[in-house]
Amino acid sequence: MLTLDKLSKVFYPGTPNEVRALCGVSLGLEPGSFLIIIGMNGSGKSTLLNAVAGTFRVDTGRIHLAGHDITRWSEHRRARLIGRVFQNPFSGTAASMSIAENLALAARRGRPRGLGWALSRSLRNEMRDRVRALNMGLENRLDTAIGTLSGGQRQALTLLMATWLEPELLLLDEHTAALDPRSADQVISLSHEIIQRHKLTTLMVTHSMQQAVHLGDRIIMMNRGEVLHDLRGTERARVRSEDLLGRFEEVRRREQLDSAAAEMLRLQYV
Amino acid sequence: MTLLLGAFTIGLILALLALGVYLSFRIFNFPDITAEGSITLGATITATLLVRGHGPGWATAAGFAGGLLAGAVTGILHTKCHINGLLSGILVMTALYSINLHVMGKSNVPLLNEVTLATKAEQLGTHLAGSSKDLNVFGWAVGVRDASMLLAVLMFISVLGVALYLFFRTNLGTAIRATGNNPQMIRALGVSVDFILILGLALSNGLIALSGALLAQYQGFADVQMGIGMVVWGLASVIIGEALVGTTSLGLLIAGAVMGSVLFRLLVAIALRWGLNPNDLKLITALFVFVALVGPQLLRRLQRRKGYTSPTA
Repeated sequence: MLTLDKLSKVFYPGTPNEVRALCGVSLGLEPGSFLIIIGMNGSGKSTLLNAVAGTFRVDTGRIHLAGHDITRWSEHRRARLIGRVFQNPFSGTAASMSIAENLALAARRGRPRGLGWALSRSLRNEMRDRVRALNMGLENRLDTAIGTLSGGQRQALTLLMATWLEPELLLLDEHTAALDPRSADQVISLSHEIIQRHKLTTLMVTHSMQQAVHLGDRIIMMNRGEVLHDLRGTERARVRSEDLLGRFEEVRRREQLDSAAAEMLRLQYV
Repeated sequence: MTLLLGAFTIGLILALLALGVYLSFRIFNFPDITAEGSITLGATITATLLVRGHGPGWATAAGFAGGLLAGAVTGILHTKCHINGLLSGILVMTALYSINLHVMGKSNVPLLNEVTLATKAEQLGTHLAGSSKDLNVFGWAVGVRDASMLLAVLMFISVLGVALYLFFRTNLGTAIRATGNNPQMIRALGVSVDFILILGLALSNGLIALSGALLAQYQGFADVQMGIGMVVWGLASVIIGEALVGTTSLGLLIAGAVMGSVLFRLLVAIALRWGLNPNDLKLITALFVFVALVGPQLLRRLQRRKGYTSPTA
């Protein structure tokens, strides 16, 4: 379904701010699989997601999705195949437009937009049904500006928008990180339900070890732009959040050792 | 009375300018200065074609098309050549000054005996009114010429305003509004933000050029200087409109821009009548927009300060 072949990306090459964000990441994803990406800040997990979404072009490597080589596709062209939910609840919706208008925009994701009515009666009815399924009481407030809603409600709607037309690939970028715990749980169970129902191929970045072990059928842990661990099958089934935390600790200690060693070398030789 | 009707008519004609400015400044949050060149472009193209004997309908449409093109160029400079938005507009506006001179071949084209939309409206009005030269409206004698002109412009703007409202409710129009609201989101939904911005700026400048085309026909000449200060003028109209109707619903905003333009023109006409020096007009317009932009900030700061002091008091 999704194949990443040796993706590399360096930001600000040749400057003091040079960042090697991705260093030859390869990954294959079966249709319907749900991959969780974890890693410390700056490990490259969001960069990986953005590389797939097309926010930037990779320096080397190829990306295949659903039989297309999308490596050189622009971001908006990839949107035909990909649904996305961002970390910031403000990013996924147009605040000053109504719930109905936002959903109408999503109902034409990746399709040509002409002079047909954005809000037809049949679309409105469908909206009412699908928004009712969110259990947030929003089905009678379709004409409310989305900016007046809470972060959790906006994220739930963004999720609905991203999956309104079934995407070949769903990208979730820490989509509950900005929410209070209760809304986060709500959005997570909603995500789980939608992904299960449509058997969506999903990439999800998260900081929550709890989410990592409870969701998804495969976990990768990234560090310094590389895939450090790839847990699947029985290994994935046995993993607990303490194990993941242990692996984090391992990475942290190694990094510390690196910097301590560098400091020692500096004192001796410089 | 003639003065009042004239102010109304010009206000309605410049409402197209206000709508164009609303589209670029408010919907896209794009400070598009191209307007100063494109309103003149609409006027010069239309006037030149009229003088050469083309029909007024075609001449006006050509003026509109010229504006579309000018706006598209600004959009392309900004999106494809990555030039700062303000600078893109300034570049196109400056280039248009020469282009306008070339179109006319001189700095001013008078419309003396040409058949224009204005003379057509007048003709129709006189035909309908029969032989009388004045109409009696609520006890006032109103010139048939002025009244028919006003009615024609009013109808034109109403139709256009409704068309614009309907356009913004289509799939494409909704995408345009969303692009100004949240480009990241609309990109993730498969819309090319660059394309929409180019399209939107073209439409904005098309409307503004149309305003220029009508203005030239109404006042009977096109002048290369007529665009100066028009962006601020349009902005003032939009601000008045928002103060009148608020910023909540799309239909109200469009109506507000039209009302704002008319009201602003009326205020100016009254001020001029009271003896305001016409040379000060642009200064006062700029001051007005300045106050409208800074006033709300200042008020908020004052309120906040009050909020801090009241507990201690």
